[in-house]
Amino acid sequence: MSEPMTPAQKGQDFEQTLDKSDAKVAAFEVKHHTLLDRIQHLLHNNPTLVPVIVLVISLVAFGIIAGGKFFSAFNLSLILQQVSIIGILAAAQSLIILTAGIDLSVAAIMVLMSVVMGNLAVFAGVPSGIAILAGLAGGVGAGLMNGWFITRVKLPPFITTLGTWSIFYALLLWLSGAQSIRGQDIDTEAPFLKFFGATFNIGGARITLSAVLMIAIFVVLWYMLNKTAWGRHVYAIGDDKEAADLSGIRTDRTLLSVYGLSGFVCALAGWASIGRVGSISPQSFYEGNLDSITAVVIGGISLFGGRGSILGALFGALIVGVFRSGLRMSGVDVLWQVFAIGWLIIIAVAIDQWIRRVSA
Amino acid sequence: MTTPVVQARGIVKRYGHVTAIDHSDFELRPGEVLAVIGDNGAGKSSIVKAICGATIPDEGEILIEGKPVKFNSPIEARDMGIEIVYQNLALSPALSIADNMFTGREIRKEGWMGKILRMLDKPAMEKFAREKLTELGLMTVQSIKQPVETLSGGQRQGVAVARAAAFATKFIIMDEPTAALGVKESRKVLELIQDVRARGIPIILISHNMPHVFEVADRIHIHRLGKRLCTIDPKDYTMSDAVAFMTGAKEPPAQDAA
Ligand SMILES: Nc1ncnc2c1ncn2[C@@H]1O[C@H](COP(=O)(O)OP(=O)(O)OP(=O)(O)O)[C@@H](O)[C@H]1O
Ligand SMILES: [Mg+2]
Repeated sequence: MSEPMTPAQKGQDFEQTLDKSDAKVAAFEVKHHTLLDRIQHLLHNNPTLVPVIVLVISLVAFGIIAGGKFFSAFNLSLILQQVSIIGILAAAQSLIILTAGIDLSVAAIMVLMSVVMGNLAVFAGVPSGIAILAGLAGGVGAGLMNGWFITRVKLPPFITTLGTWSIFYALLLWLSGAQSIRGQDIDTEAPFLKFFGATFNIGGARITLSAVLMIAIFVVLWYMLNKTAWGRHVYAIGDDKEAADLSGIRTDRTLLSVYGLSGFVCALAGWASIGRVGSISPQSFYEGNLDSITAVVIGGISLFGGRGSILGALFGALIVGVFRSGLRMSGVDVLWQVFAIGWLIIIAVAIDQWIRRVSA
Repeated sequence: MTTPVVQARGIVKRYGHVTAIDHSDFELRPGEVLAVIGDNGAGKSSIVKAICGATIPDEGEILIEGKPVKFNSPIEARDMGIEIVYQNLALSPALSIADNMFTGREIRKEGWMGKILRMLDKPAMEKFAREKLTELGLMTVQSIKQPVETLSGGQRQGVAVARAAAFATKFIIMDEPTAALGVKESRKVLELIQDVRARGIPIILISHNMPHVFEVADRIHIHRLGKRLCTIDPKDYTMSDAVAFMTGAKEPPAQDAA
C-alpha cells in the first residue's frame, strides 16, 4: 500500500488554501422568497395537506349552503358509510399507483370475489367462513395474476389490467348467471356475509362496520408503507424502478407482493360490499375502478408514482362523498355533481404538478 | 503473485449491434486503487457494471478472489461486499438520505416491534447516515430526513459515495464520483479513497480528471473502443502519455506495463 502523501504534494496548487477553509457546519440558507414559495415547499413536504384542507373547506362550505342538517352526526356518518366501499378500493388502488402503475381491474376483482363468496355460501352450502376465505384467496390470486403479467411478461399495468378487467367481468357474469343473489337468501343461508353491514350508534351517528374496516385498512397500509422496509421499497420503485433495482431492491418481487396485497384488499371490499349493498349484484360498482382512481388523484397521490400518502386517498374518497352529499342536499342535479367531481380531478392533478415543480 | 480481487477475461456485452464491451480483460489487485480512464463511450461504465452484476455479460468469465462468479443482479454482488457508485447514482429522489443509504439493508427495531411488526429503526439509520456524511464533510445538508431530490447534484453524489464506502467489505467501484463535486468536496472524496485503501479495501475509480487519477491511482487501466488497451504505472508515465494512449494518438506500451 502506498504511503500517505506529504502535505506539500497534496493535490493541486489551488487546493492549498483548503486547509484554511471555513470548517464550521454550514447553516442552511433560508431563501424562501414569497409566501407562494413557502406554501409550495410546505405542500411538497406534506402531500396530504391539500386534500385535508379541501375536505375542511368543503365541509364548512356545504355546512353553510346546505344548512345544519348537513353537519348532523347522522349525515356525516352516512357519508362515511357511502364512501366506505370506494374508499377500500381506493386503498388498493393507491398501492398500485404508488408503484407508478394503475389498476383498472380493482372493482371487477371486488365484485367477482363477492360473487364467489355468495355462490359458495348461499348456493353450494359451504360454511360462510370458508366461502369468505376462498374469496379472499381468490382476490390475492387475481392480484398476483396482474402482477405476474406486469413483472414477468413485462406488460404495462394499464394494458394488463384493461385486459383482466374484461376477463374478471366476464367471469363474474358467468359465475352469477348475470343474476343478483337476493338479500333474503343471504340472510337465511349465510348471514355472516353481511357482517360489515352491521351498525352501531355513537351519539347521533350510526357507524357501519364497513366504514370501520375502511379506516382500519388505511391505518394498516399507512403503517406498512411508512414504517417498514417493504413500504420504502414500494416508494422507491414508483420513484425510479431502475435506480431501485440497482440499489439492491428486489423490485419484481416487491411489485408482485403489491399486486397480491391489492387484490386481497379488493376482495375484502367485496365482502364488505355484501353488507353495504345488502345483496350481491354482478352489475354493481361497474365504475368502481374509475371512482377509486378519482379518490386517489384527489387525495394528492401522484399518478407518476412514488409520491403522496395513502391517507390522501382516504381524504380523497371523503371529499367525493362530501361533494355528492352536499350538492344533493343543496338540491343540485346529479349531473352537476358529476361536473364538480370532474373539476376536482383536474384541479388536483394541476396542484400535484405545481408541487412537483418545487426546486431543489 | 497474489490472487487478484477481480479477474475478468474476454468479457463481451452487445446492445443490438452496438458492442459496448469487446473481449475485454480486467484485473483488480488486492489493496490497490485502480483508475480506469478512456474516452466517452469507450465502455468504462459497461465493464464495471458487468463486474458488479448490474449488467450480465454475453461472454467471458469473471473471477472474484479466484472463484468464478455469475452475478444475476447487483444484490448478489452486494452480498459479497462489493459496492458501486453508479455514474447516474441510482438514488430514489423522493426518499430521504437515510432511507437511500439503507435501501435493501434496512435496520429493524429490536424485539417484537421489529420481528413481528417489522418496524424500521429510523433513529439508528439516521444516526448512522449522519455520521457517514459528516466523515465526508457533507454537513451542508439541512436534515438527514430531507428527500434526496432537494439536494444539489454534488450533495447527491456525496450520499452515493458515503453509502458505498460505508458498506463495502471487498471492493468499491466508483464511476466518476467527483464529476459533480466542488474543489473541497472532491478533495474529501480523494481522501476517502485513500482511507478506504488504508483499510485494505481496493477501489476501482473511473474518472476523466487526470490530476485526480495520477494522484491516487496505483495503476491505470486505459480503456479504448470497448476493451482494455493497456495498464500503466502512473509513476512511469505522464498525464499527456496517458491521454495519448487513451485517444489513440500514441501506440500503447506492451500489455503488462504495470
Ligand atoms: N443500456 C444500453 N443500451 C444500448 N447501448 C448502450 C447501453 N449502455 C451502454 N451502451 C453503449 O455502450 C457504449 C459504452 O458505453 P459506456 O457507458 O460504458 O461508456 P463510458 O466509457 O462509461 O462513457 P462515459 O465516459 O461517457 O461515461 C456506448 O457506445 C453506449 O452507447
Ligand atoms: Mg460511463
